[in-house]
Amino acid sequence: MNALVAVARRDLLVAVRRAGEAVTPLLFFVVVTTLVPLGLEPRPELLAEVAPGMLWVGALLAALLGLERLFAADHEDGTLEQLLLVPTPLALAVLGKVATHWLVTGLPLVLVAPLCAELLALPHAALPALVVGLLLGTPTLALLGALGAALTVSARRSALLLPLLVLPLAVPLLIFGARAVALAASGADPLGPLLLVASLGLFTLSLAPLAIAAALRIALE
Amino acid sequence: MDHAPTASPPTLAVADLCLWRGERCLVDGLGFRVAAGEALWLRGANGVGKTSLLRVLAGLVRPERGAIAWRGRDPWLHAAEFRAELLFVGHLDALKRALSARENLAVDGALRGSVSAAAVEVALAALGVAAVADLPVAQLSAGQRRRVALARLALSRAALWLLDEPTTNLDADGQGAVASLVAAHLAGGGLAVIASHLPLQLGAAQHELELAPLRARAA
Repeated sequence: MNALVAVARRDLLVAVRRAGEAVTPLLFFVVVTTLVPLGLEPRPELLAEVAPGMLWVGALLAALLGLERLFAADHEDGTLEQLLLVPTPLALAVLGKVATHWLVTGLPLVLVAPLCAELLALPHAALPALVVGLLLGTPTLALLGALGAALTVSARRSALLLPLLVLPLAVPLLIFGARAVALAASGADPLGPLLLVASLGLFTLSLAPLAIAAALRIALE
Repeated sequence: MDHAPTASPPTLAVADLCLWRGERCLVDGLGFRVAAGEALWLRGANGVGKTSLLRVLAGLVRPERGAIAWRGRDPWLHAAEFRAELLFVGHLDALKRALSARENLAVDGALRGSVSAAAVEVALAALGVAAVADLPVAQLSAGQRRRVALARLALSRAALWLLDEPTTNLDADGQGAVASLVAAHLAGGGLAVIASHLPLQLGAAQHELELAPLRARAA
């Protein structure tokens, strides 16, 4: 547990000192969702219909922004090599890194999502399903993205490769997450898809840290 | 986290080691033994495989062939115990540039158990970087950064030190500080394997291993 906390604290400190980098995904999310009404007809009924999908697609793409630096920066300055040589399990340190990344980039997305939903005229009844879905889904996205980042840590053009690796894995999340919001917007019960989002999250949480740790060890050989 | 209470004494033994890097065989049939209180100085031209050998010894890379034994056991099979006794200082400084020297060392200590703030101060002073310990590492000179990275030596309680070009960018004073830290480590029963172009003044405890390009050696 020591390693998890130590790594999380260090990354948090680095993120605070370089606040500009952490804001980029949030800005991207806000810009995308504000551009949609301009690109489409600004009819509330139309916007409300595309809102669940647009919000989730925006969050998904925003969550992938900058992920290729998650391990690459540590690889370049040598701290990743040191992390591999710590006696505690590497998966714990990895979990600390991903948790911090989510806290800095994922959580702000969740918090700003209701505002963006307002711009897209999403019915207020769907807001809880949106926030809960993103709260469950964005950590999963961070874990999947970290797996992609670990696999491409020593590859050139990893910024290109990473979305190709991660997006197929994130598709179920997108489908169920957006479906929950759409169901809630139409007055139905969104619990089913939300539980599926949660179970995807638990599944990813149980396996991804181990896979990421293994990928990092292979990448640094 | 003192030296683990294992039965066999701290020795590093390497037998019939063979290393490849890409398509090139760097080292073949290498064997040596380092006992407690001894240092092995790896010499050799650039690209001859000193760094690769250290990375293999640290357990970052598997050797193509051959056996490595730490306290008579395979470090790959007892990775956690081995890493608890290992300090590896690579040619990269492994410092976060946005953080200060003090913060960097505190994180490093926390990752390897716990290190008191007082111990960090002593380590920074031993390398002569206490005065710049609160500046972001990005603002330090290359030599100062190297000194901060090497302050890990003063913090370490590991039995086995693997140092890759520790004296790069260091002035005479810094090289002296590193040599005295290594000497104290050896005197306390530690081991060190040091890849370097310049010899550290360690006296009789230091053995030498010259790596030569493979083709030249075969001839």
